[in-house]
Amino acid sequence: MTMNSTGRPTSITSAGGGAADTVSGSKGLLQAEGLLFEIGSTAKTGVDLPAPKGTKDRLGGVTRKASSNLPGLSEPEAVRHYVRLSQKNYAIDLGVFPLGSCTMKHNPRLNEKVARLPGFADVHPMQPQATVQGALEVIEELAHWLMTLTNMPAVAMSPKAGAHGELCGMLAIRAALRARGEGEKRKRVLVPVSAHGTNPATAAQCGFIIDEINAAADGRVDLEDLKSKLKDSSDIAGIMLTNPNTCGLFERDIVKIAELIHAAGGYFYCDGANFNAIVGRVRPGDLGIDAMHINLHKTFSTPHGGGGPGSGPTVLSKALAPYAPVPFIVKTADGLRFVEHHSDAPDSFGRMCAFHGQMGMFTRALAYILSHGADGLRQVAEDAVLNANYILARLKGVMSPAFEGYCMHEALFSDAFLKGTDIETIDIAKGLIDEGYHPMTMYFPLVVHGAMLIEPTETESRAELDRFCDALASIARRATQKDPSLKTAPHLAPAKRLDETRAARSPRLKWTPEAPTLKAAE
Amino acid sequence: MRYLPLTADDRTAMLKTIGAKSVDDFYGDVPASARLKGPVAGLPNHQGELAVERHMSKLAAKNRPASDGRFFVGSGAYKHHIPASVDHIIQRSEFLTTYTPYQPEIAQGTLQTMFEFQTQVAALTGMEVANASMYDGSTACAEAAVMACRVTKRNTVILSGGLHPHYADTTRTLCEAAGIKVVQLAPVLDGELDLAKAVTEEAACVIGQSPNVFGTVTDLTPVADAAHAKGTLLVSVFTEVVSLGLVKPPGEMGADIAVGEGQSIGVPLGFGGPYVGLFTCRSKFLRQMPGRLCGETLDADGKRGFVLTLSTREQHIRRDKATSNICTNSGLCMLAFTAHMTLLGDKGLTQLARLNHEAACDLADALGAVKGVKVLTPRFFNEIAFETPKPADAVLAALEKHDVIGGVRASRLFPGAGLDNVVVAAATECTTQDDINSYAAALAEVLK
Repeated sequence: MTMNSTGRPTSITSAGGGAADTVSGSKGLLQAEGLLFEIGSTAKTGVDLPAPKGTKDRLGGVTRKASSNLPGLSEPEAVRHYVRLSQKNYAIDLGVFPLGSCTMKHNPRLNEKVARLPGFADVHPMQPQATVQGALEVIEELAHWLMTLTNMPAVAMSPKAGAHGELCGMLAIRAALRARGEGEKRKRVLVPVSAHGTNPATAAQCGFIIDEINAAADGRVDLEDLKSKLKDSSDIAGIMLTNPNTCGLFERDIVKIAELIHAAGGYFYCDGANFNAIVGRVRPGDLGIDAMHINLHKTFSTPHGGGGPGSGPTVLSKALAPYAPVPFIVKTADGLRFVEHHSDAPDSFGRMCAFHGQMGMFTRALAYILSHGADGLRQVAEDAVLNANYILARLKGVMSPAFEGYCMHEALFSDAFLKGTDIETIDIAKGLIDEGYHPMTMYFPLVVHGAMLIEPTETESRAELDRFCDALASIARRATQKDPSLKTAPHLAPAKRLDETRAARSPRLKWTPEAPTLKAAE
Repeated sequence: MRYLPLTADDRTAMLKTIGAKSVDDFYGDVPASARLKGPVAGLPNHQGELAVERHMSKLAAKNRPASDGRFFVGSGAYKHHIPASVDHIIQRSEFLTTYTPYQPEIAQGTLQTMFEFQTQVAALTGMEVANASMYDGSTACAEAAVMACRVTKRNTVILSGGLHPHYADTTRTLCEAAGIKVVQLAPVLDGELDLAKAVTEEAACVIGQSPNVFGTVTDLTPVADAAHAKGTLLVSVFTEVVSLGLVKPPGEMGADIAVGEGQSIGVPLGFGGPYVGLFTCRSKFLRQMPGRLCGETLDADGKRGFVLTLSTREQHIRRDKATSNICTNSGLCMLAFTAHMTLLGDKGLTQLARLNHEAACDLADALGAVKGVKVLTPRFFNEIAFETPKPADAVLAALEKHDVIGGVRASRLFPGAGLDNVVVAAATECTTQDDINSYAAALAEVLK
């Protein structure tokens, strides 16, 4: 080691190898942080409230006996607690987040700003409707865009997430079948094996019976299998089909499928999770669908927030529109008004949630849509698809594309290139973590063995994509060379691989003073 | 375009690498009849940040924020003060712009906050286990009804007349689709204990609310006892979570499942959403529970860590046999809740609850002193129902002219139920004595 005249080292020491365990448990910028229940205290609070006057209570004796014993923290401690925890998270603001079918794109900060305007954030869902006309206009304006972009005549705005939108669509189909007097007879819903799990779960929740359709060798619906399932069509309620599908492919027979399902007396539910691939280039209404939810948090970039809140407005065809849930907005002489009660809309299948839907997501999505405009949204789809095809092209030599040809917005690989090694899809995923990336979606869709589904979105630059592809290609090469270190990756993340079996075997779902923490088996 | 990093040169170079002539090649599977030649017709093109902000601000300015003056609307969503640090915390990029923690090694931040949230919610409600949140209180209530049917293998649910009507409607929608019979008791101000008489051996659960939609607080213990005697579960609902700082929590009343709205802690009114549904139950029903759960475990070095767990209940594994189709929680609102709750602690929450209750006591006294007004709610937390000699819609409209947003008319909640002269009004720590005095004075004027 060289020193300058004051004894300060001027070069990095070469002594020592890996980082030693520290006394504090912190590692440089990464701070150790205990549980709230270990660092907080019931004597502490981070709020200053006026002292109560001591009025005699009017609770009629219905009072809490045991204290919650929840610890508090002062504001500086609380802010540190959450900032330290935040640093253990990966995020789209840090780098490529290529989770296929999840659409992790940049969240414009203008949208956060407008959602926080007091006129949107500080208005009550039950205050007089004349005092919230601007809020109703936001809903109407967003609805207009969604209907125009999809070429559909109606949209239900209240569903609170994608799966809730699926429920909306399937409840509308159920109501339409019942109105035809065929509710009891038509119970069978066709769902491709490649479908997201929410599709069969939703259909089952509505009392339908799921009949799976096979995938063809090219990753699309097997049309012959579909036709055979429609031979006796008297019990057919409809089909739930994702387009572009979960393999990242456009269902090229979709118009034919719509015709077949309609001829069979059923309805066509299109899962719109991947609408971002076609927005501005294809209007789903031109494909013959009857209902489709739109994940505002995907296509229109409202933040994912670590697992919600989402928002799932659902467009409906003329055949299903009368059954849309309450509340919905109508124009009156006094301005915009909600129809809130089932009794005022007897055909409606009812209410799906307490108020009017995810208003905070509507304002963000509308700001996103207005920023992009009709031309920009088309560019969004094209760039998303271009970026995915670029990844496919750059990696097809070292990994195994699941299907021939171009993809839409996501590139799907199988684990075929790992044959003969003991490396598995999960090891590739964990290896990416050490390279500073969030892994791709793994083991989904189920129709591809060891699936790796990569969705870059349109908000990645070419330079970012190149760095990502270089990293993933090097991992793929290490895998084919049977690099054992991949089996224990990640090595550089805030945590090592976690024991999920242990978590499920004897679930510990909250902290308790009696057993404050798990101990490693000796 | 400011959100799109690719340049025209990038696009050309990338197409060359791919070996495609244009992006049209990628859309080759789209049927010719559905291919659009250019941008969707009839919609404007892109705009700069300034123009969009102006447009949105103009729309926002047409609404009257709750903070702008005297505001007494409750009925399932409550105006509370949120500490400034809460919004700062949820805007951290690492929380705001991350996904469901499917890769736990790089999501311990989200997972630990989930674990802390579950612990806080269990302690607040006095229940054994809590999940990592639902969309909102109403959908949590609907899921609780369906879960009770799974647990008991019965097919009828009974709803109290004091259950928020939107919760009842949401529950009815989900139950009817699943072939579950719903029995609805008539709206009664102080009728939660009627559930004890209504319970039958066919009922999977009875659903009661405290404080209920009229503000009435009720000890549901007799309902729990009557239900359990018939093998029926008690689902206990709350829409004002701050009440749990003072009022008997569901766990002390023998509830089997307790659900509610968490908006009051950390989440702005936001015109009804997004909010955060709280869902709790007895440990023995854990595997029938809907929604995401976070559990503690160890990593390969033997260090504590957290993962999503018991996912064999969920749709991505169980598909049509799942306990629910739910695929998200209300992640960011959950974070806001847990951060605000951490700032409060038991000490802050108890004090906050007292302030809310005292404000409501003052409101009840002030309005009750107005000639012709009768406060109907016998025991309350921060919300009351009162009757006026005139129809409530006219009274509220007249109050608006005095710049008092006086509450919700009961006929908006229960149309045709003969409650035309009843108003439901809430007071919180944001309500000042001056607000209350102005309300009483304006009401006296309106009823003159």
